[in-house]
Amino acid sequence: MSELRISDLRVEVETESGPKEILKGVNLTVRSGEVHAIMGPNGSGKSTLAYSIAGHPKYTITGGSVTLDGVELSQLTVDERARAGLFLAMQYPIEVPGVSVANFLRTAKTALSGEAPKVRTWVKDVNAALERVGLDGSFAARSLNEGFSGGEKKRNEIAQLELLNPKFAILDETDSGLDIDALRIVSEGVNRYTAQGDRGLLLITHYTRILNYIKPDYVHVFVDGHVVEEGGVELADRLEIEGYDRFVRSAAKVDA
Amino acid sequence: MTVTAVPNVAEAVETNVESHLHPVASFDLADHPMPGGREEVWRFTPMRRLRGLLDGAPSSAHLDWRTTLPEGVVMREISTSEAIALGVPAPVDRPSALAVAEGGGAVLVEVPAGLELTEPVVIELVGTDADQQVYGQVVFAIGAQARATVVLRHLGSARYVSSVSVLVGEGASLNFVGLQDWADDAVHAGHVGLRIGRDARVRTVTASLGGDLVRLVETAEYDGPGGELEQFGLYFVDAGQHIEHRLFVDHNAPHTRSRVDYRGALQGQGAHSVWVGDVLIRKVAEGINTYETNKNLVLTDGCRADSVPNLEIETGEIEGAGHSSTTGRFDDEQLFYLRSRGIPEDEARRLVVHGFFADIIRRIGVPEVETRLLATVEKELAVIVGTPAGLAS
Repeated sequence: MSELRISDLRVEVETESGPKEILKGVNLTVRSGEVHAIMGPNGSGKSTLAYSIAGHPKYTITGGSVTLDGVELSQLTVDERARAGLFLAMQYPIEVPGVSVANFLRTAKTALSGEAPKVRTWVKDVNAALERVGLDGSFAARSLNEGFSGGEKKRNEIAQLELLNPKFAILDETDSGLDIDALRIVSEGVNRYTAQGDRGLLLITHYTRILNYIKPDYVHVFVDGHVVEEGGVELADRLEIEGYDRFVRSAAKVDA
Repeated sequence: MTVTAVPNVAEAVETNVESHLHPVASFDLADHPMPGGREEVWRFTPMRRLRGLLDGAPSSAHLDWRTTLPEGVVMREISTSEAIALGVPAPVDRPSALAVAEGGGAVLVEVPAGLELTEPVVIELVGTDADQQVYGQVVFAIGAQARATVVLRHLGSARYVSSVSVLVGEGASLNFVGLQDWADDAVHAGHVGLRIGRDARVRTVTASLGGDLVRLVETAEYDGPGGELEQFGLYFVDAGQHIEHRLFVDHNAPHTRSRVDYRGALQGQGAHSVWVGDVLIRKVAEGINTYETNKNLVLTDGCRADSVPNLEIETGEIEGAGHSSTTGRFDDEQLFYLRSRGIPEDEARRLVVHGFFADIIRRIGVPEVETRLLATVEKELAVIVGTPAGLAS
């Protein structure tokens, strides 16, 4: 049993007018085997939560903690966090010209497991993972994310999720910009990952659409840098009907 | 900015470049006086480090030639006037004018019309004495409809002044690889002039990794419509090294294309790179398309990368024209992405630089050269980001 515990997390980002607090005390615990959805309006700080847990240099943790099985993640470098078992599927995966998908994946796998994967089975595994998300084998030889469509980039993130198989995965708006077929394929990949039963998933999304495919155990409504309401999947259904207005208004009241 | 006087005759001859950025091309050494260093085209070059390269002292010394010529390729010596009669592009600066004037003739390498080579023409020019002044003129003539890959590699030690002309016939297809693999004490100033025939396709890959000072002027002009040019370049500049590439694409014919992509990495105190990419689109050059880009990766403090793209457009009836130039440190987002997958920082940096160059190297099309260049890049990287942890390729 593993546990990703976020306690009173406060994060700020440097802006032109000085530092600005984005996360204002986030509390959330994900245990292995659980699927958590974080839903919130644009600008609520959802992506900041994802990136600050992964260790993006743009964000500074000013208070609280994030621990993975008791290990304080903020004390670890970005790559150490990944080796501790964390994975972030990004909303806008980065292009790295001249680094092939195959080379990248082999280097990552080697770094994560401490030994190079066996050449023969690894090539098969990579091709199979790509094909499962609807990318043909030629993608293995292409430069990482370069010239990929938005949907292909997201599929590639999910292929990585399956191949690298981390303890905990955070998906940052993986569903945004996907057409219905891509959404289904991506969701199936995520479901294969969670079906192992001992993995934890934090699904960050703006829309309820993806929840038709991925069933969360818990739903957290995220507004103005913290969780304002928690519940089961029925909360998502309510959001679908009512939208975020109710929460945004009450948050504004608190701020005033 | 220096304004070079244009002789009266120029007005009658359209071949003279009207660009204010370029001195007049001429075979007459008198048209290329000793530069003082403040001229537009010399202002980036550390003149003292040329070690008398431009003095014009006579020399009959040669580099050692090692050649691999596939069947059908002819190599022979020709006189200077024969070279000029072949239509080689005229020298654009003092080094190339000296190479022609003092070279004592040229070496002509011919790929006959229609010949399709499956193996590369490889010419290695080896210097053996860092103090010896050498002038060299080499002419490559690729016949109409021929297909060839040519590798011209410089190595060893020398003070080398060169003129290389590449004449590409109608409908021919040429892959030209120029390598500056000089030893640390070599200095080299030269001109590579391309003349691209109607509907010909030319790709050049220029890699400058060695030498104390390398200054190459690469010019291209078209001999008719429909020619396509792709120029790729890479340089890895170490402490104290000066590597300068000055490109000039003269769109002097309609429906021609050019694409330029040069990339460099710099590391160590006093590492200096210069890239100048000039494109002239003449009035007649309707329907052309051009794009130039230069990217520099600054790996340590104490480096300097000058990057100057210029576009001169004399007709609006074109398909497209653009350029871009970036100089910076590592892309934080790329490093973050790689590291978020568990790849340690050193390894991530290596991957990024490796990829930056591999993207150019893979276009060379000569496996032996690609492997050697990748290995050289790895060696350079080991200095700055540590020895690779068992990465296979």
